[in-house]
Amino acid sequence: MLELRAASRLGSFTFEAELSLGERSVLVLVGESGSGKSTLLKLLAGLLRADSGRIAMEGETWFDTDTGAWRPAHERAVGYVSQDYALFPHLSVAGNVTFGLRAQGIERPERRRRVGAALERLGITALAQRRPHQLSGGQQQRVAIARAIVLEPRLLLLDEPLSALDASSRRAIRGELRRLLAELACTTVYVTHSPAEALAFGETITVLEAGRVSQTGSRDDLMRRPHSRYVAEFLGVNLFRGWRAPSAPVPPAGAARIALPEGELVLGDGLYDGDTSAIVHPREIVLARERPAGTARNVFEGAIDEIVPEPPDGHLMRVVLASRPPLIAEVTRAAVEALGLAPGTRVHASFKAAGVIVVSDPRAE
Amino acid sequence: MSGDGVAAPAPRTGAPPPPAPDPWLRAAAIVASTLLLAFLALPFVALLLRVSPVQLVAALRGPVVLDALRLSLVTSLASTAIVVTLGLPLAYLLATREFRGKRVVEVLVDLPMVLPPTVAGFALLMAFGRAGLAGRTLAAFGWELPFTTAGVVVAQVFMSAPFLVGPARAGFAGVEPRLLDAAATLRAREAFTFFHVALPLAMPSIVTGAAMCCARALGEFGATITFAGNLEGSTQTMPLAVYVALQSDLDAAVALSVLLLLMAFGLLVGLRLAPAGSFWSSSRARAARR
Repeated sequence: MLELRAASRLGSFTFEAELSLGERSVLVLVGESGSGKSTLLKLLAGLLRADSGRIAMEGETWFDTDTGAWRPAHERAVGYVSQDYALFPHLSVAGNVTFGLRAQGIERPERRRRVGAALERLGITALAQRRPHQLSGGQQQRVAIARAIVLEPRLLLLDEPLSALDASSRRAIRGELRRLLAELACTTVYVTHSPAEALAFGETITVLEAGRVSQTGSRDDLMRRPHSRYVAEFLGVNLFRGWRAPSAPVPPAGAARIALPEGELVLGDGLYDGDTSAIVHPREIVLARERPAGTARNVFEGAIDEIVPEPPDGHLMRVVLASRPPLIAEVTRAAVEALGLAPGTRVHASFKAAGVIVVSDPRAE
Repeated sequence: MSGDGVAAPAPRTGAPPPPAPDPWLRAAAIVASTLLLAFLALPFVALLLRVSPVQLVAALRGPVVLDALRLSLVTSLASTAIVVTLGLPLAYLLATREFRGKRVVEVLVDLPMVLPPTVAGFALLMAFGRAGLAGRTLAAFGWELPFTTAGVVVAQVFMSAPFLVGPARAGFAGVEPRLLDAAATLRAREAFTFFHVALPLAMPSIVTGAAMCCARALGEFGATITFAGNLEGSTQTMPLAVYVALQSDLDAAVALSVLLLLMAFGLLVGLRLAPAGSFWSSSRARAARR
């Protein structure tokens, strides 16, 4: 169990947050730049000290202004991978990965064994003697992660680990990183500003806005009941995971399809093969009592499950549909009233192929 | 990647073309630079022309010259070692910490650079002379600094310390804080981080500083002669020996001067040949890149 309560004033920026996280689970932290994501990670790592608050990890107090407790970064057993990796330029890959073990005075045979295992795990054994400046961004990121996990941290902090990568390596590494985190089963805080990453990594998603936690919850919670406009825009979207046959003939424009576990999705762009994720913003979805006869290529039918007013003023409503696949639409209160929508009403939901954004496409991230 | 092989040659990217030269400005710049360079080079040429290699070697065999050479090497290496040992921690503190009175410390460290050396030597006498502020205490332990070889080292340390502390501080300040943060999260205490991150990364600046410090110690004259005197064999370093020889043995003076010139020249060339990057991209890494 990780618990944090912290308040800090940095110039005109006030940071005030509270969060807790179960052992061995992954918390995804999202927010715009300047919302305090990196500040929160640095507080957890012990690189910053809050003006007041308390941080405790699995029963150990790391920071407490009431008792004056303070555990500096090097005594926290935290693995921290910063946005730009911060590899030591004067050390080889092996030198970087062994750094923390040397700092702890661990004997050479054990160092060798653990460094070898970490390099192997990240598939960078062949790079052991290279210097950081000879590596690609993706390789540097692997080194940074190996360097952190070789110390078997109790808490792993990843600060936008994919943001410095070019689009194609980001796509490749995202899946790998997800597998690695599942294998490590270490309490992890993962910071990102990409909805696709948040949805891919998050069991629990915490949203920071202007130095405050505006919402914490499962992806489903955030999608159905966003507490703020930002959350609604950022995460309150319909996400589909599907598959496109690589051998499919090139479709006419606007007629590419992704097979979903339930039904299929027509999209405007047919460039992507294999596993594909796509998002559809709720505001793109049109609701109708009768089956629409318009140009929308995607039509689904189902009963309304729930109607939730959306912040800030409830002028917009979220309509949760029990269609297959389930959908969330965003419509005005006036439209809900005009159509006489209520839980249980059967409706047709439609959206254009052009309204589908393929998130495996890095341009959409 | 698009359409290779069909397009006309693309304009070369890179540095913008230099602005169109103004012929008068160019001529004026060339004349001024030539004058200054000639002025700087002429004394060295005159010195080198004054003596043949045979004469030089013969003069170097003289006991006065050998004594001065030995003394200068020993004292300037000793003072450089002392300055490096005491100066690096100070440079690190100045680069990484904010504290009360930091400004005062900064001025104090730089002061010897702008102080006339004879004034520095006199101030050292007031402090460490037999009746000086600290000298009396030292004398009680039987230690005497003025007019001894140790005094030469003291004068050199005093005059050359800023030449190390300045560049070393800049070197430490240039170590990115994110690397120090990374070291802390890798469970390194600050002392470990100092020796394994800050020191190696600041090494190019430290080496430059140490070389400048050593050169300054080698050339030190005013503070040495005021504080340590001019005793052949124990306090007469090469610059002092040049001054004395000028009045009696011109050949020895020329030989000593040429020698000092070559040593200074060697230090500068050595620094140029070891560019910053070469400290942490080892030859093996460079080979691997090829």
